[in-house]
Amino acid sequence: MNGATSTEGPLWEVFVRSRRGLSHTHAGSLHAPDATMALRNARDLYTRRGEGVSIWVVPATAVIASSPDEKDPFFDPAADKAYRHPTFYEIPEGVKHL
Amino acid sequence: MFLTGRAADAAVALGDDALVLSHRLGEWAGHAPMLEEEVALANIALDLLGQARFLYSLAGDEDELAYLREERAFRNAQLVERPNGDFASTIARQLYFSSYQELLYTELASAEGELAPLAAKAVKEVAYHRDHAVQWTLRLGDGTAESSRRMQAALTDLWRYTGELFDPVEGLPVDTAALREPWLASVSAVVRQATLTLPDGPDRSGWTAGGGRHGIHTEAFGRMIAEMQHLHRAHPGATW
Repeated sequence: MNGATSTEGPLWEVFVRSRRGLSHTHAGSLHAPDATMALRNARDLYTRRGEGVSIWVVPATAVIASSPDEKDPFFDPAADKAYRHPTFYEIPEGVKHL
Repeated sequence: MFLTGRAADAAVALGDDALVLSHRLGEWAGHAPMLEEEVALANIALDLLGQARFLYSLAGDEDELAYLREERAFRNAQLVERPNGDFASTIARQLYFSSYQELLYTELASAEGELAPLAAKAVKEVAYHRDHAVQWTLRLGDGTAESSRRMQAALTDLWRYTGELFDPVEGLPVDTAALREPWLASVSAVVRQATLTLPDGPDRSGWTAGGGRHGIHTEAFGRMIAEMQHLHRAHPGATW
């Protein structure tokens, strides 16, 4: 998580929205001295082939991640509860991004 | 069909600016201070290469124009052929040139002529090139004592190559001399904000006067095009 070095600047996480109506998706990370440069670097690294219409950059240190040790209590209880999945509904035709 | 006469000369001159600067920026590949910056410089280089290709294609065969002309046939301004130097020198060259190119393409886009479609498209690219240079000028100028010293030295060293940018380019439907005032206003605003100063001295001297546009180039340029052209000259028509 802490990739900061004195010459490369702190680490930033990059989120790109590929088109209107979709949410921002994590695209990767990069080094930059500050937020303005991080946004520009993100533009050059992750959107130069028309991948996006909007970019977020977030200091990597601001991301609070779940720890692998918490995997069981966090995620296992959801595995056998089929009734939580919306599989009993008919999805109307033409609905996208559901 | 191809442009002819002065209109073709003008397209080649602007194409030479773009190609030569593209090649210089490409020299940073593998040497940039950080990976992210290497990609940024390569992006700018590719934008410029695209501009050069379009401009050459208006005037003749792209490969012949890029690879088979002698040094004296190139019409680029001397500023763009100056060696990369340290990172600050490259940024100073970018600041001076992209500020000029943005003004030039804005004028070209609204003028009648074959170059208007290219200019309208490229002005967006160039606006980003200028923004990149501005951001770094501010950070280096207002950064550490060392970065500030280097940025100031770079601005001072390259200053004398800026006068030539405003020489008339024959066949171009733009009054380039009229670009100098807005250029100076925008560049000096950035330099001031970066806590640096533009040199007091003249922006041209006898030995650099208008040379590039007439085929007179600095010593470093010969070595650059030798490297740029050697593959094509050794293996004509080679492709990947």
